[in-house]
Amino acid sequence: MNVIVCVKQIPDPALPGELDPSTNTLKRDGKLILDESDSYGVEMALQLVNTAGDGSVTLVSMAPNDETSGLRTALAMGAEKAVLVSDPTLSGADALTTAKILAGAVAKAGDYDLIIAGTESSDGYTGTVPEQIAEVLGLPSVTFAKTIVVDGSTVKVERQTESGYDEVTCPLPAVVSVTAGVVEPRYPSFKGIMAAKAKPVDTLTAADLGIESVSWAQSITDVTDAPARQAGEIIEDDGEAFNKIVAFLDNLKVI
Amino acid sequence: MSLSNIWVFSETTPEGAATTGTLELLTKASSFGGSVTAFVVGSAGDAAAAFADHGAAKIYETGDLAGALPGAAVASAMKAVIDDGDSPDLIMFPQNYEGRDVMARLSVKLDRTVLTNSTDVSVDGDSVSCTTPIFGGAKLVTATFTGEAPYLAAFRPKSFEPAGGAGGAGEVVSAPVPDLGATGGATVTAVHVEETSGPKLDEAAVVVGGGRGLGEAEKFEMIEQLAKRLKGAPGASRAIVDAGWVPYSYQVGQTGKVVKPTVYIAAGISGATQHMVGMKGSKNIIAINKDKEAPIFGVADLGIVGDVHKVLPQLLEALAARG
Repeated sequence: MNVIVCVKQIPDPALPGELDPSTNTLKRDGKLILDESDSYGVEMALQLVNTAGDGSVTLVSMAPNDETSGLRTALAMGAEKAVLVSDPTLSGADALTTAKILAGAVAKAGDYDLIIAGTESSDGYTGTVPEQIAEVLGLPSVTFAKTIVVDGSTVKVERQTESGYDEVTCPLPAVVSVTAGVVEPRYPSFKGIMAAKAKPVDTLTAADLGIESVSWAQSITDVTDAPARQAGEIIEDDGEAFNKIVAFLDNLKVI
Repeated sequence: MSLSNIWVFSETTPEGAATTGTLELLTKASSFGGSVTAFVVGSAGDAAAAFADHGAAKIYETGDLAGALPGAAVASAMKAVIDDGDSPDLIMFPQNYEGRDVMARLSVKLDRTVLTNSTDVSVDGDSVSCTTPIFGGAKLVTATFTGEAPYLAAFRPKSFEPAGGAGGAGEVVSAPVPDLGATGGATVTAVHVEETSGPKLDEAAVVVGGGRGLGEAEKFEMIEQLAKRLKGAPGASRAIVDAGWVPYSYQVGQTGKVVKPTVYIAAGISGATQHMVGMKGSKNIIAINKDKEAPIFGVADLGIVGDVHKVLPQLLEALAARG
């Protein structure tokens, strides 16, 4: 059972986001970390390979400046190797371009039974890339998985819906996007962190994938500050603050 | 560029009514004055009248998907109609599970870019642009399509007010799903609906949201009680949904429901970007949090810096005393 996991390396979400004033795209030039929402997919993949008893987990990623610090985190968790596409021409790429690049990286990652991705990244949150990768590769897909079980050449998924969940079966190979909470991601062990330093990361350009020219049909034309909400009344609870809430609700006639 | 032919990805509820999200998008599509088409997942049935009343002159329907997931199926049906010569300038999708999947598949089939999480669309001379809030709604980014139509865009729920009154019957045309080959492999074998009582989260006049500050799953009971007392709906931050305290259907935020109630009460919620996006549009916001630096206080009309374990029981008691 070989599983490919698409992972994104993003600016630390704990730090305030910034736009590059010249391009109006998200600044991604500092240190990047593994998107937490991808750690679920990595963990799921490791568990599926472990259950199968053979095979390995390979990462694919696209990032600027040959960035590997987020990949090293996922390698430390237990992934075996990574394919990284890093190319200045991809700066500000749209979701479709990203999907084409990642599909190209998948082709360089060796044989696979399953491709796992998060439902959306925590910085750009377009949420279309996994399904676009499936279409580029001509594969079936199941999105928003909250559980995954592999049964022979089939994957069985509980897929989240607006009102509950659906049970879905799908033949392999397939693309499955997983929600946060599908599994509890492990913390890399010290041994894992040391081992990760030596694991292979194959760094490629778009041209290495046979993708000669990249362009995307959208451009950011304006960025403005949203109208700010008027500041409200903030009080410290002195044991009687609940009365303020009652009065507030009363005033709105909801009680 | 004028938007003379707009399609709206259209859905019905399990009971067969038009979804509110669909009617929002149809209303916006109609405002451009061109022709509006509803492209329906499954069959339009009784919802056809509502689609037409909100501006759809034509209604394509795929018919029963026979257990296929909508992504590949509906995108293929759309592609087949476009190949047959009815090519829209813009296709509007809801930013939900099915809308996202269909748009993603179609973007590859048509080789077109996508704009997502939008809250508005506008035409200025030759260009079509969408507006998207970023950084939890602090900034608004306008992105313009630069290539060939059809343009593909997904919109957040409640971005537009639905308005009927267009009249008309709406011509219903079949748009069957072609053979999907390998891409159609996923099949739904069982459907599970989580039981809920009280008003729906995204329609309730009062929403009480609980977060990590509650400390433990059992304490969510206080949120349920307060919501019930106020005839509202309980909601949750992503943190406690991920932690498994409550089902995903409770989630308010980026990946959950967008709510705009008369009153939103945030209890033990710090106000991560992910959450704020889903509740910032509430008419009145009350926040209770013990950290006075919590970002939630930046949007609160009434903020209580205090312990939810003290304030909520007192509040419940005071409300119960009023009868």
